[in-house]
Amino acid sequence: MKAFTYERATSVQQAVSMAASNPDARFIAGGTNLLDLMKLQIETPLHLIDINHVGLDKIEATDDGGLRIGAMVRNTALAADEHVRRDYSVLSRALVAGASGQLRNKATTAGNLLQRTRCPYFYDTNQPCNKRQPGSGCSAFGGFSRQHAVVGTSEACIATHPSDMAIAMRALDAKVETVKGDGTRRTIPIADFHRLPGDTPHIETNLERGEFITAVTLPAPIGGKQIYRKVRDRASYAFALVSIAAVVQPDGTGRFAIGGVAHKPWRMGEADAQLKAGAREAARAALADARPTEQNRYKLDLVERTLGAALAEAKG
Amino acid sequence: MPRLVHLEVSRRDLLKSSAATIAATGVAGVGAAQPAEDKMKSSNTVSFTVNGKAEKLELDNRTTLLDALREHLHMTGTKKGCDHGQCGACTVLVAGQRINSCLSLAVMHEGDEITTIEGLGQPGALHPMQTAFVKHDGFQCGYCTPGQICSSVAVLEEIKANIPSHVTKDMQAKVTATPEEIRERMSGNICRCGAYSNIIEAITDVAGSRA
Ligand SMILES: Cc1cc2nc3c(=O)[nH]c(=O)nc-3n(C[C@H](O)[C@H](O)[C@H](O)COP(=O)(O)OP(=O)(O)OC[C@H]3O[C@@H](n4cnc5c(N)ncnc54)[C@H](O)[C@@H]3O)c2cc1C
Ligand code: SF4
Ligand code: FES
Ligand code: FES
Repeated sequence: MKAFTYERATSVQQAVSMAASNPDARFIAGGTNLLDLMKLQIETPLHLIDINHVGLDKIEATDDGGLRIGAMVRNTALAADEHVRRDYSVLSRALVAGASGQLRNKATTAGNLLQRTRCPYFYDTNQPCNKRQPGSGCSAFGGFSRQHAVVGTSEACIATHPSDMAIAMRALDAKVETVKGDGTRRTIPIADFHRLPGDTPHIETNLERGEFITAVTLPAPIGGKQIYRKVRDRASYAFALVSIAAVVQPDGTGRFAIGGVAHKPWRMGEADAQLKAGAREAARAALADARPTEQNRYKLDLVERTLGAALAEAKG
Repeated sequence: MPRLVHLEVSRRDLLKSSAATIAATGVAGVGAAQPAEDKMKSSNTVSFTVNGKAEKLELDNRTTLLDALREHLHMTGTKKGCDHGQCGACTVLVAGQRINSCLSLAVMHEGDEITTIEGLGQPGALHPMQTAFVKHDGFQCGYCTPGQICSSVAVLEEIKANIPSHVTKDMQAKVTATPEEIRERMSGNICRCGAYSNIIEAITDVAGSRA
Protein backbone atom coordinates (compact mmCIF):
# COMPACT_ATOMS: atom_id res chain seq x y z
CA MET A 1 0.00 0.00 0.00
CA LYS A 2 1.19 3.52 -0.78
CA ALA A 3 1.44 5.85 2.23
CA PHE A 4 -1.39 8.33 2.69
CA THR A 5 -2.57 10.97 5.12
CA TYR A 6 -5.89 10.52 6.86
CA GLU A 7 -8.58 12.79 8.20
CA ARG A 8 -11.96 12.26 9.72
CA ALA A 9 -14.91 14.35 8.54
CA THR A 10 -17.71 14.99 11.01
CA SER A 11 -20.15 16.59 8.57
CA VAL A 12 -20.97 16.38 4.88
CA GLN A 13 -19.99 20.00 4.43
CA GLN A 14 -16.60 19.26 5.94
CA ALA A 15 -16.12 16.16 3.79
CA VAL A 16 -16.83 17.94 0.52
CA SER A 17 -14.67 20.95 1.34
CA MET A 18 -11.80 18.65 2.35
CA ALA A 19 -12.16 16.92 -1.01
CA ALA A 20 -12.38 20.23 -2.89
CA SER A 21 -9.12 21.43 -1.35
CA ASN A 22 -7.22 18.21 -2.04
CA PRO A 23 -7.39 16.71 -5.54
CA ASP A 24 -5.53 13.58 -4.42
CA ALA A 25 -8.09 12.75 -1.73
CA ARG A 26 -10.65 9.98 -1.73
CA PHE A 27 -13.60 9.35 0.53
CA ILE A 28 -13.52 6.09 2.45
CA ALA A 29 -16.79 4.57 3.67
CA GLY A 30 -16.82 0.85 4.58
CA GLY A 31 -13.47 0.53 2.84
CA THR A 32 -14.24 -2.97 1.60
CA ASN A 33 -13.57 -2.10 -2.03
CA LEU A 34 -11.17 0.81 -1.73
CA LEU A 35 -8.79 -0.86 0.75
CA ASP A 36 -8.85 -4.11 -1.17
CA LEU A 37 -7.58 -2.21 -4.23
CA MET A 38 -5.15 -0.03 -2.27
CA LYS A 39 -3.43 -3.16 -0.98
CA LEU A 40 -2.69 -4.11 -4.58
CA GLN A 41 -1.73 -0.50 -5.43
CA ILE A 42 -4.47 -0.45 -8.04
CA GLU A 43 -5.89 2.51 -6.12
CA THR A 44 -3.25 4.90 -4.73
CA PRO A 45 -4.92 7.86 -3.02
CA LEU A 46 -2.54 10.18 -1.16
CA HIS A 47 -5.19 11.28 1.29
CA LEU A 48 -8.24 9.55 2.76
CA ILE A 49 -11.30 11.34 4.08
CA ASP A 50 -13.10 9.07 6.52
CA ILE A 51 -16.84 9.72 6.10
CA ASN A 52 -18.05 7.27 8.75
CA HIS A 53 -18.91 10.08 11.17
CA VAL A 54 -20.95 12.36 8.91
CA GLY A 55 -24.34 10.84 9.82
CA LEU A 56 -26.46 9.93 6.75
CA ASP A 57 -27.22 6.60 8.40
CA LYS A 58 -31.02 6.81 8.40
CA ILE A 59 -33.77 5.51 6.13
CA GLU A 60 -36.61 8.04 5.98
CA ALA A 61 -39.91 8.55 4.17
CA THR A 62 -39.90 11.10 1.31
CA ASP A 63 -42.71 13.58 0.61
CA ASP A 64 -43.87 11.60 -2.43
CA GLY A 65 -44.33 8.36 -0.49
CA GLY A 66 -40.95 6.85 -1.28
CA LEU A 67 -37.82 6.28 0.79
CA ARG A 68 -34.59 8.19 1.21
CA ILE A 69 -31.69 5.90 2.07
CA GLY A 70 -28.74 7.71 3.65
CA ALA A 71 -25.43 7.14 1.86
CA MET A 72 -23.89 5.60 4.99
CA VAL A 73 -26.67 3.09 5.70
CA ARG A 74 -24.93 -0.28 5.84
CA ASN A 75 -26.03 -3.01 3.45
CA THR A 76 -27.15 -5.18 6.41
CA ALA A 77 -29.32 -2.42 7.86
CA LEU A 78 -30.86 -1.63 4.48
CA ALA A 79 -31.72 -5.27 3.77
CA ALA A 80 -33.27 -5.62 7.24
CA ASP A 81 -35.30 -2.41 7.22
CA GLU A 82 -38.98 -3.21 7.68
CA HIS A 83 -40.17 -0.80 4.94
CA VAL A 84 -37.66 -2.07 2.44
CA ARG A 85 -38.59 -5.68 3.20
CA ARG A 86 -42.27 -4.93 2.79
CA ASP A 87 -42.38 -2.49 -0.14
CA TYR A 88 -39.10 -3.03 -2.00
CA SER A 89 -38.31 -6.64 -1.24
CA VAL A 90 -36.34 -7.01 -4.48
CA LEU A 91 -33.79 -4.67 -2.90
CA SER A 92 -33.56 -6.66 0.34
CA ARG A 93 -33.21 -9.84 -1.71
CA ALA A 94 -30.47 -8.38 -3.89
CA LEU A 95 -28.52 -7.11 -0.91
CA VAL A 96 -28.49 -10.43 0.93
CA ALA A 97 -27.43 -12.17 -2.29
CA GLY A 98 -24.23 -10.10 -2.30
CA ALA A 99 -20.88 -10.56 -0.56
CA SER A 100 -20.87 -12.03 3.00
CA GLY A 101 -22.43 -11.14 6.35
CA GLN A 102 -19.15 -9.56 7.48
CA LEU A 103 -18.83 -7.43 4.35
CA ARG A 104 -22.47 -6.33 4.37
CA ASN A 105 -22.03 -5.03 7.92
CA LYS A 106 -19.38 -2.60 6.63
CA ALA A 107 -20.48 -1.94 3.06
CA THR A 108 -22.48 1.27 2.60
CA THR A 109 -25.16 2.31 0.13
CA ALA A 110 -22.89 4.81 -1.62
CA GLY A 111 -19.80 2.58 -1.50
CA ASN A 112 -21.72 -0.32 -3.00
CA LEU A 113 -22.85 1.81 -5.96
CA LEU A 114 -19.30 3.09 -6.42
CA GLN A 115 -17.39 -0.17 -6.12
CA ARG A 116 -15.21 -0.54 -9.18
CA THR A 117 -16.55 -2.23 -12.28
CA ARG A 118 -13.93 -4.91 -12.63
CA CYS A 119 -12.69 -8.26 -13.85
CA PRO A 120 -10.00 -10.72 -12.66
CA TYR A 121 -7.41 -9.16 -15.00
CA PHE A 122 -8.04 -5.79 -13.41
CA TYR A 123 -6.69 -7.32 -10.18
CA ASP A 124 -3.70 -8.94 -11.88
CA THR A 125 -1.21 -6.10 -12.08
CA ASN A 126 1.06 -8.15 -14.37
CA GLN A 127 -1.56 -8.09 -17.13
CA PRO A 128 -2.58 -5.26 -19.43
CA CYS A 129 -5.91 -3.66 -18.53
CA ASN A 130 -7.37 -0.48 -20.01
CA LYS A 131 -9.28 0.22 -16.85
CA ARG A 132 -6.26 0.01 -14.57
CA GLN A 133 -3.84 1.53 -17.05
CA PRO A 134 -5.61 3.36 -19.87
CA GLY A 135 -4.25 2.42 -23.29
CA SER A 136 -2.47 -0.76 -22.15
CA GLY A 137 -4.99 -3.10 -23.77
CA CYS A 138 -7.63 -5.50 -22.50
CA SER A 139 -6.49 -8.95 -21.39
CA ALA A 140 -10.01 -10.33 -21.42
CA PHE A 141 -10.17 -10.27 -25.22
CA GLY A 142 -8.53 -13.50 -26.18
CA GLY A 143 -8.22 -14.43 -22.52
CA PHE A 144 -10.67 -16.08 -20.16
CA SER A 145 -13.89 -14.16 -20.63
CA ARG A 146 -16.47 -16.54 -19.23
CA GLN A 147 -17.52 -14.09 -16.49
CA HIS A 148 -17.46 -10.98 -18.66
CA ALA A 149 -20.02 -8.67 -20.21
CA VAL A 150 -22.03 -9.53 -23.30
CA VAL A 151 -23.83 -6.27 -24.02
CA GLY A 152 -22.94 -2.58 -24.08
CA THR A 153 -19.29 -3.61 -24.38
CA SER A 154 -16.51 -1.90 -26.31
CA GLU A 155 -13.19 -2.93 -27.80
CA ALA A 156 -11.59 -1.36 -24.75
CA CYS A 157 -13.30 -3.28 -21.94
CA ILE A 158 -15.80 -6.06 -21.27
CA ALA A 159 -15.91 -5.97 -17.45
CA THR A 160 -19.19 -6.23 -15.54
CA HIS A 161 -20.49 -4.13 -12.67
CA PRO A 162 -20.45 -6.46 -9.68
CA SER A 163 -23.16 -4.90 -7.49
CA ASP A 164 -26.30 -6.86 -6.74
CA MET A 165 -27.85 -3.91 -4.91
CA ALA A 166 -27.55 -1.66 -7.95
CA ILE A 167 -29.47 -4.13 -10.15
CA ALA A 168 -32.47 -3.95 -7.82
CA MET A 169 -32.16 -0.16 -7.62
CA ARG A 170 -32.16 0.01 -11.43
CA ALA A 171 -35.37 -2.02 -11.55
CA LEU A 172 -36.89 0.30 -8.92
CA ASP A 173 -35.86 3.54 -10.73
CA ALA A 174 -33.80 4.80 -7.81
CA LYS A 175 -32.18 8.23 -7.87
CA VAL A 176 -28.80 9.23 -6.51
CA GLU A 177 -28.56 12.53 -4.60
CA THR A 178 -25.22 14.30 -4.48
CA VAL A 179 -23.52 17.48 -3.29
CA LYS A 180 -20.37 19.09 -4.68
CA GLY A 181 -17.65 21.10 -3.02
CA ASP A 182 -19.31 24.41 -3.96
CA GLY A 183 -22.52 23.27 -2.27
CA THR A 184 -24.49 22.58 -5.46
CA ARG A 185 -26.76 19.57 -5.27
CA ARG A 186 -28.09 17.35 -8.01
CA THR A 187 -30.16 14.23 -8.45
CA ILE A 188 -29.00 11.59 -10.92
CA PRO A 189 -31.41 8.86 -12.08
CA ILE A 190 -29.66 5.53 -11.60
CA ALA A 191 -29.98 4.85 -15.34
CA ASP A 192 -27.58 7.75 -15.95
CA PHE A 193 -25.28 7.10 -13.01
CA HIS A 194 -23.02 4.34 -14.32
CA ARG A 195 -21.38 4.57 -17.74
CA LEU A 196 -20.70 2.12 -20.53
CA PRO A 197 -16.98 1.56 -21.16
CA GLY A 198 -16.66 3.16 -24.60
CA ASP A 199 -13.01 4.15 -25.01
CA THR A 200 -12.73 5.45 -21.43
CA PRO A 201 -13.39 2.33 -19.33
CA HIS A 202 -11.49 3.86 -16.40
CA ILE A 203 -14.35 6.38 -15.98
CA GLU A 204 -17.20 4.34 -14.57
CA THR A 205 -19.77 6.84 -13.35
CA ASN A 206 -20.92 10.36 -14.17
CA LEU A 207 -19.95 11.59 -10.73
CA GLU A 208 -17.46 14.46 -10.76
CA ARG A 209 -14.24 14.54 -8.79
CA GLY A 210 -15.02 15.36 -5.17
CA GLU A 211 -18.78 14.98 -5.68
CA PHE A 212 -20.31 13.30 -2.66
CA ILE A 213 -23.32 10.97 -2.57
CA THR A 214 -25.68 11.91 0.26
CA ALA A 215 -28.55 9.51 -0.39
CA VAL A 216 -30.36 7.19 -2.74
CA THR A 217 -34.11 7.68 -3.09
CA LEU A 218 -36.73 5.17 -4.12
CA PRO A 219 -40.03 6.30 -5.65
CA ALA A 220 -43.33 5.35 -3.99
CA PRO A 221 -43.83 1.56 -3.82
CA ILE A 222 -44.98 -0.07 -7.06
CA GLY A 223 -46.24 -3.32 -5.54
CA GLY A 224 -46.09 -6.47 -7.66
CA LYS A 225 -44.17 -9.66 -7.00
CA GLN A 226 -40.57 -8.68 -6.41
CA ILE A 227 -37.94 -11.24 -7.23
CA TYR A 228 -34.15 -11.34 -7.30
CA ARG A 229 -32.46 -14.38 -8.79
CA LYS A 230 -28.70 -14.73 -8.89
CA VAL A 231 -26.86 -17.48 -10.75
CA ARG A 232 -23.26 -18.05 -9.68
CA ASP A 233 -20.54 -20.69 -9.54
CA ARG A 234 -21.27 -21.55 -5.91
CA ALA A 235 -24.44 -21.27 -3.86
CA SER A 236 -23.25 -18.34 -1.74
CA TYR A 237 -20.49 -15.72 -1.53
CA ALA A 238 -19.72 -15.40 -5.23
CA PHE A 239 -20.30 -12.72 -7.84
CA ALA A 240 -23.15 -13.17 -10.29
CA LEU A 241 -22.69 -14.82 -13.64
CA VAL A 242 -26.18 -13.51 -14.35
CA SER A 243 -28.78 -12.00 -12.08
CA ILE A 244 -32.33 -10.74 -12.58
CA ALA A 245 -34.21 -8.18 -10.50
CA ALA A 246 -37.86 -8.34 -11.55
CA VAL A 247 -41.08 -6.65 -10.44
CA VAL A 248 -44.07 -8.43 -11.96
CA GLN A 249 -47.64 -7.17 -11.65
CA PRO A 250 -50.70 -9.47 -11.41
CA ASP A 251 -51.55 -8.83 -15.09
CA GLY A 252 -48.12 -10.08 -16.17
CA THR A 253 -46.65 -6.69 -17.04
CA GLY A 254 -43.61 -5.45 -15.19
CA ARG A 255 -39.97 -4.51 -15.40
CA PHE A 256 -36.62 -6.15 -14.96
CA ALA A 257 -32.94 -5.31 -14.75
CA ILE A 258 -30.08 -7.71 -15.47
CA GLY A 259 -26.80 -8.08 -13.61
CA GLY A 260 -23.60 -9.79 -14.72
CA VAL A 261 -24.05 -8.89 -18.38
CA ALA A 262 -22.81 -5.31 -18.74
CA HIS A 263 -20.58 -2.54 -17.46
CA LYS A 264 -23.65 -1.17 -15.66
CA PRO A 265 -27.00 -2.48 -14.43
CA TRP A 266 -28.77 -3.39 -17.68
CA ARG A 267 -32.37 -2.50 -18.37
CA MET A 268 -34.24 -1.76 -21.61
CA GLY A 269 -37.71 -0.21 -21.91
CA GLU A 270 -38.41 -2.37 -25.00
CA ALA A 271 -37.63 -5.45 -22.96
CA ASP A 272 -39.95 -4.45 -20.11
CA ALA A 273 -42.71 -4.04 -22.71
CA GLN A 274 -42.16 -7.66 -23.83
CA LEU A 275 -42.38 -9.12 -20.34
CA LYS A 276 -45.99 -10.14 -20.73
CA ALA A 277 -45.12 -12.02 -23.92
CA GLY A 278 -42.67 -14.20 -21.98
CA ALA A 279 -39.06 -14.67 -20.95
CA ARG A 280 -37.78 -15.49 -24.42
CA GLU A 281 -39.19 -12.34 -26.01
CA ALA A 282 -38.18 -10.12 -23.13
CA ALA A 283 -34.64 -11.53 -22.86
CA ARG A 284 -34.13 -11.20 -26.62
CA ALA A 285 -35.27 -7.59 -26.55
CA ALA A 286 -32.95 -6.82 -23.66
CA LEU A 287 -29.92 -8.43 -25.31
CA ALA A 288 -30.66 -7.59 -28.95
CA ASP A 289 -27.32 -5.78 -29.29
CA ALA A 290 -25.27 -8.39 -27.45
CA ARG A 291 -21.76 -9.15 -28.72
CA PRO A 292 -20.69 -12.11 -26.62
CA THR A 293 -17.32 -13.85 -26.78
CA GLU A 294 -17.12 -17.58 -27.45
CA GLN A 295 -16.71 -18.13 -23.72
CA ASN A 296 -19.60 -16.07 -22.46
CA ARG A 297 -22.19 -16.73 -25.14
CA TYR A 298 -23.91 -19.04 -22.63
CA LYS A 299 -25.05 -15.94 -20.73
CA LEU A 300 -27.64 -15.22 -23.43
CA ASP A 301 -29.42 -18.49 -22.66
CA LEU A 302 -28.80 -18.09 -18.98
CA VAL A 303 -30.54 -14.70 -18.92
CA GLU A 304 -33.56 -16.15 -20.70
CA ARG A 305 -33.80 -19.10 -18.33
CA THR A 306 -33.19 -17.06 -15.20
CA LEU A 307 -35.87 -14.61 -16.29
CA GLY A 308 -38.16 -17.55 -17.04
CA ALA A 309 -37.59 -18.87 -13.53
CA ALA A 310 -38.29 -15.43 -12.07
CA LEU A 311 -41.54 -15.13 -14.03
CA ALA A 312 -42.60 -18.61 -12.93
CA GLU A 313 -41.83 -17.68 -9.33
CA ALA A 314 -43.93 -14.52 -9.74
CA LYS A 315 -46.90 -16.59 -10.94
CA GLY A 316 -46.47 -19.25 -8.27
CA MET B 1 -36.80 -2.79 13.23
CA PRO B 2 -34.16 -5.35 14.08
CA ARG B 3 -32.30 -4.81 17.29
CA LEU B 4 -28.80 -4.52 15.84
CA VAL B 5 -29.90 -1.65 13.68
CA HIS B 6 -31.37 0.08 16.71
CA LEU B 7 -28.19 -0.53 18.59
CA GLU B 8 -26.17 1.09 15.85
CA VAL B 9 -28.42 4.12 15.69
CA SER B 10 -28.43 4.58 19.43
CA ARG B 11 -24.67 4.21 19.56
CA ARG B 12 -24.32 6.92 16.97
CA ASP B 13 -26.76 9.12 18.81
CA LEU B 14 -24.63 8.54 21.86
CA LEU B 15 -21.56 9.64 19.90
CA LYS B 16 -23.35 12.79 18.85
CA SER B 17 -24.49 13.62 22.34
CA SER B 18 -21.07 12.90 23.77
CA ALA B 19 -19.57 15.12 21.07
CA ALA B 20 -21.85 17.87 22.36
CA THR B 21 -20.62 17.23 25.89
CA ILE B 22 -17.04 17.42 24.68
CA ALA B 23 -17.73 20.76 23.05
CA ALA B 24 -19.24 22.05 26.27
CA THR B 25 -16.60 20.77 28.65
CA GLY B 26 -13.56 20.60 26.43
CA VAL B 27 -12.89 16.98 27.41
CA ALA B 28 -11.86 14.83 24.47
CA GLY B 29 -13.41 11.41 24.22
CA VAL B 30 -15.07 9.01 21.85
CA GLY B 31 -15.29 10.33 18.27
CA ALA B 32 -13.29 13.43 19.17
CA ALA B 33 -11.95 15.57 16.36
CA GLN B 34 -8.38 14.91 15.29
CA PRO B 35 -5.66 17.41 16.10
CA ALA B 36 -5.10 19.48 12.94
CA GLU B 37 -1.44 18.49 12.54
CA ASP B 38 -2.32 14.77 12.46
CA LYS B 39 -4.22 15.31 9.22
CA MET B 40 -0.88 15.95 7.52
CA LYS B 41 0.83 12.85 8.87
CA SER B 42 1.11 9.34 7.52
CA SER B 43 0.57 8.01 11.04
CA ASN B 44 -2.03 8.75 13.69
CA THR B 45 -2.88 7.80 17.23
CA VAL B 46 -5.99 5.76 17.79
CA SER B 47 -7.73 4.69 20.98
CA PHE B 48 -10.14 1.80 21.20
CA THR B 49 -10.92 -1.00 23.59
CA VAL B 50 -10.04 -4.60 22.84
CA ASN B 51 -11.88 -7.15 24.93
CA GLY B 52 -12.73 -4.46 27.45
CA LYS B 53 -9.18 -3.13 27.81
CA ALA B 54 -8.41 0.41 26.65
CA GLU B 55 -5.60 0.59 24.11
CA LYS B 56 -3.87 3.59 22.60
CA LEU B 57 -1.62 3.09 19.60
CA GLU B 58 0.44 5.25 17.29
CA LEU B 59 0.07 3.59 13.92
CA ASP B 60 1.00 4.07 10.30
CA ASN B 61 -2.31 4.94 8.62
CA ARG B 62 -1.92 1.85 6.42
CA THR B 63 -2.18 -0.53 9.37
CA THR B 64 -5.30 -2.67 9.18
CA LEU B 65 -7.24 -3.50 12.32
CA LEU B 66 -6.03 -7.08 11.81
CA ASP B 67 -2.35 -6.07 11.83
CA ALA B 68 -2.89 -3.74 14.78
CA LEU B 69 -4.28 -6.67 16.77
CA ARG B 70 -1.66 -9.20 15.71
CA GLU B 71 1.51 -7.19 15.21
CA HIS B 72 1.06 -4.33 17.65
CA LEU B 73 -1.07 -5.78 20.44
CA HIS B 74 0.35 -9.28 19.94
CA MET B 75 -3.08 -10.85 20.08
CA THR B 76 -2.56 -13.58 17.54
CA GLY B 77 -5.87 -15.37 17.99
CA THR B 78 -7.31 -13.48 15.04
CA LYS B 79 -5.85 -15.00 11.87
CA LYS B 80 -4.78 -13.65 8.50
CA GLY B 81 -5.82 -15.84 5.60
CA CYS B 82 -6.32 -13.93 2.38
CA ASP B 83 -5.98 -10.32 3.62
CA HIS B 84 -8.66 -9.39 1.04
CA GLY B 85 -12.05 -10.02 2.62
CA GLN B 86 -12.44 -13.41 0.97
CA CYS B 87 -11.93 -15.99 3.71
CA GLY B 88 -13.25 -14.70 7.06
CA ALA B 89 -10.23 -15.88 9.12
CA CYS B 90 -9.82 -12.32 10.42
CA THR B 91 -13.42 -11.92 11.63
CA VAL B 92 -13.77 -9.88 14.84
CA LEU B 93 -16.70 -8.13 16.48
CA VAL B 94 -16.89 -4.33 16.49
CA ALA B 95 -19.72 -3.00 18.65
CA GLY B 96 -21.07 -6.54 18.53
CA GLN B 97 -21.10 -6.74 14.73
CA ARG B 98 -18.83 -9.05 12.78
CA ILE B 99 -16.46 -7.55 10.24
CA ASN B 100 -13.37 -8.60 8.31
CA SER B 101 -10.57 -6.89 10.24
CA CYS B 102 -8.24 -7.17 7.21
CA LEU B 103 -10.39 -4.75 5.20
CA SER B 104 -10.60 -2.05 7.85
CA LEU B 105 -8.02 0.55 8.83
CA ALA B 106 -7.14 0.66 12.51
CA VAL B 107 -7.21 4.47 12.56
CA MET B 108 -10.86 4.31 11.53
CA HIS B 109 -11.75 2.57 14.81
CA GLU B 110 -11.35 5.51 17.18
CA GLY B 111 -13.56 4.86 20.21
CA ASP B 112 -14.75 1.43 19.05
CA GLU B 113 -15.27 -1.63 21.22
CA ILE B 114 -13.58 -4.59 19.63
CA THR B 115 -14.00 -8.21 20.67
CA THR B 116 -11.64 -10.93 19.45
CA ILE B 117 -11.58 -14.67 20.03
CA GLU B 118 -9.44 -14.04 23.14
CA GLY B 119 -12.23 -11.89 24.56
CA LEU B 120 -15.04 -14.36 23.92
CA GLY B 121 -13.57 -16.88 26.33
CA GLN B 122 -10.34 -18.30 27.70
CA PRO B 123 -9.33 -21.85 28.66
CA GLY B 124 -11.30 -22.69 31.78
CA ALA B 125 -14.00 -20.13 30.97
CA LEU B 126 -14.93 -20.83 27.38
CA HIS B 127 -17.76 -19.15 25.53
CA PRO B 128 -20.60 -21.63 24.82
CA MET B 129 -19.71 -21.45 21.12
CA GLN B 130 -16.09 -22.37 21.84
CA THR B 131 -17.28 -25.29 23.97
CA ALA B 132 -19.59 -26.44 21.17
CA PHE B 133 -16.78 -26.33 18.59
CA VAL B 134 -14.69 -28.56 20.86
CA LYS B 135 -17.58 -30.91 21.55
CA HIS B 136 -18.54 -31.29 17.87
CA ASP B 137 -14.98 -31.35 16.55
CA GLY B 138 -15.69 -28.21 14.52
CA PHE B 139 -12.12 -27.88 13.23
CA GLN B 140 -9.13 -29.79 11.95
CA CYS B 141 -6.04 -27.57 11.63
CA GLY B 142 -7.84 -24.81 13.54
CA TYR B 143 -6.61 -21.90 11.43
CA CYS B 144 -10.07 -20.72 10.40
CA THR B 145 -11.57 -21.45 13.81
CA PRO B 146 -11.26 -18.09 15.61
CA GLY B 147 -12.96 -16.44 12.65
CA GLN B 148 -15.59 -19.17 12.47
CA ILE B 149 -16.40 -18.77 16.16
CA CYS B 150 -16.54 -14.96 16.14
CA SER B 151 -18.68 -15.11 13.04
CA SER B 152 -21.06 -17.72 14.44
CA VAL B 153 -21.60 -15.78 17.68
CA ALA B 154 -22.62 -12.78 15.57
CA VAL B 155 -24.75 -14.94 13.24
CA LEU B 156 -26.97 -16.02 16.14
CA GLU B 157 -27.34 -12.36 17.17
CA GLU B 158 -28.23 -11.40 13.60
CA ILE B 159 -30.91 -14.08 13.50
CA LYS B 160 -32.27 -12.91 16.85
CA ALA B 161 -32.34 -9.36 15.48
CA ASN B 162 -34.43 -10.68 12.55
CA ILE B 163 -31.93 -9.75 9.85
CA PRO B 164 -32.84 -11.67 6.68
CA SER B 165 -30.49 -13.82 4.59
CA HIS B 166 -30.39 -15.13 1.04
CA VAL B 167 -32.26 -18.30 2.08
CA THR B 168 -34.95 -16.58 4.15
CA LYS B 169 -38.21 -17.66 2.51
CA ASP B 170 -40.59 -15.00 3.78
CA MET B 171 -39.20 -11.49 4.22
CA GLN B 172 -42.09 -10.63 6.57
CA ALA B 173 -41.84 -13.63 8.89
CA LYS B 174 -39.54 -13.92 11.90
CA VAL B 175 -36.19 -15.46 10.93
CA THR B 176 -35.33 -18.74 12.67
CA ALA B 177 -32.00 -20.46 13.27
CA THR B 178 -32.38 -23.44 10.93
CA PRO B 179 -29.25 -25.26 9.70
CA GLU B 180 -29.99 -23.86 6.24
CA GLU B 181 -30.00 -20.29 7.57
CA ILE B 182 -26.80 -20.87 9.53
CA ARG B 183 -25.01 -22.44 6.57
CA GLU B 184 -25.85 -19.50 4.31
CA ARG B 185 -24.85 -16.92 6.90
CA MET B 186 -21.51 -18.64 7.52
CA SER B 187 -20.53 -18.57 3.84
CA GLY B 188 -18.08 -15.73 4.48
CA ASN B 189 -15.93 -18.11 6.53
CA ILE B 190 -13.96 -20.54 4.43
CA CYS B 191 -12.46 -23.70 5.95
CA ARG B 192 -9.84 -25.32 3.75
CA CYS B 193 -9.90 -28.44 5.90
CA GLY B 194 -13.60 -28.78 5.14
CA ALA B 195 -14.84 -29.05 8.73
CA TYR B 196 -18.11 -27.50 7.63
CA SER B 197 -20.57 -30.18 8.70
CA ASN B 198 -19.22 -30.24 12.26
CA ILE B 199 -19.13 -26.45 12.37
CA ILE B 200 -22.83 -26.33 11.48
CA GLU B 201 -23.57 -28.93 14.14
CA ALA B 202 -21.75 -26.90 16.77
CA ILE B 203 -23.60 -23.69 15.90
CA THR B 204 -26.97 -25.45 15.64
CA ASP B 205 -26.33 -26.93 19.08
CA VAL B 206 -25.76 -23.49 20.61
CA ALA B 207 -28.71 -22.02 18.70
CA GLY B 208 -30.95 -24.81 19.96
CA SER B 209 -29.94 -24.48 23.59
CA ARG B 210 -30.55 -20.74 23.38
CA ALA B 211 -33.97 -20.94 21.69
C1 LIG C 1 -14.70 -10.94 -1.17
C2 LIG C 1 -15.75 -9.97 -1.65
C3 LIG C 1 -16.92 -10.43 -2.22
C4 LIG C 1 -17.89 -9.54 -2.66
N1 LIG C 1 -19.03 -10.03 -3.24
C5 LIG C 1 -19.99 -9.16 -3.67
C6 LIG C 1 -21.19 -9.64 -4.27
O1 LIG C 1 -21.41 -10.84 -4.42
N2 LIG C 1 -22.11 -8.72 -4.66
C7 LIG C 1 -21.92 -7.38 -4.49
O2 LIG C 1 -22.80 -6.62 -4.85
N3 LIG C 1 -20.79 -6.90 -3.95
C8 LIG C 1 -19.82 -7.76 -3.54
N4 LIG C 1 -18.67 -7.27 -2.99
C9 LIG C 1 -18.42 -5.83 -3.02
C10 LIG C 1 -18.97 -5.07 -1.84
O3 LIG C 1 -20.38 -5.03 -1.94
C11 LIG C 1 -18.38 -3.66 -1.91
O4 LIG C 1 -17.01 -3.76 -1.60
C12 LIG C 1 -19.05 -2.69 -0.97
O5 LIG C 1 -20.41 -2.55 -1.27
C13 LIG C 1 -18.37 -1.32 -1.05
O6 LIG C 1 -18.92 -0.45 -0.07
P1 LIG C 1 -17.96 0.33 0.95
O7 LIG C 1 -18.82 1.21 1.76
O8 LIG C 1 -17.09 -0.62 1.69
O9 LIG C 1 -17.12 1.18 -0.09
P2 LIG C 1 -15.65 1.81 0.01
O10 LIG C 1 -14.65 0.77 -0.31
O11 LIG C 1 -15.49 2.59 1.26
O12 LIG C 1 -15.74 2.85 -1.19
C14 LIG C 1 -15.90 2.48 -2.55
C15 LIG C 1 -15.79 3.74 -3.40
O13 LIG C 1 -16.87 4.61 -3.16
C16 LIG C 1 -16.42 5.91 -2.82
N5 LIG C 1 -17.41 6.46 -1.88
C17 LIG C 1 -17.92 5.83 -0.78
N6 LIG C 1 -18.90 6.57 -0.22
C18 LIG C 1 -19.03 7.69 -0.98
C19 LIG C 1 -19.89 8.82 -0.93
N7 LIG C 1 -20.83 8.97 0.03
N8 LIG C 1 -19.77 9.78 -1.88
C20 LIG C 1 -18.83 9.64 -2.86
N9 LIG C 1 -17.99 8.61 -2.94
C21 LIG C 1 -18.08 7.63 -2.03
C22 LIG C 1 -15.03 5.72 -2.27
O14 LIG C 1 -14.23 6.88 -2.45
C23 LIG C 1 -14.54 4.56 -3.12
O15 LIG C 1 -14.06 5.03 -4.34
C24 LIG C 1 -17.70 -8.14 -2.52
C25 LIG C 1 -16.51 -7.66 -1.92
C26 LIG C 1 -15.54 -8.56 -1.49
C27 LIG C 1 -14.30 -8.01 -0.85
S1 SF4 D 1 -12.35 -6.31 -19.31
FE1 SF4 D 1 -11.97 -4.22 -18.59
S2 SF4 D 1 -11.28 -4.57 -16.51
FE2 SF4 D 1 -11.02 -6.54 -17.54
S3 SF4 D 1 -8.93 -6.54 -18.45
FE3 SF4 D 1 -10.29 -5.71 -19.99
S4 SF4 D 1 -10.12 -3.50 -19.68
FE4 SF4 D 1 -9.42 -4.45 -17.78
S1 FES E 1 -7.90 -12.46 6.13
FE1 FES E 1 -9.61 -11.11 6.22
S2 FES E 1 -11.08 -12.17 5.05
FE2 FES E 1 -9.30 -13.36 4.73
S1 FES F 1 -9.98 -26.19 10.39
FE1 FES F 1 -8.34 -25.99 8.96
S2 FES F 1 -9.05 -24.30 7.78
FE2 FES F 1 -10.78 -24.75 8.97
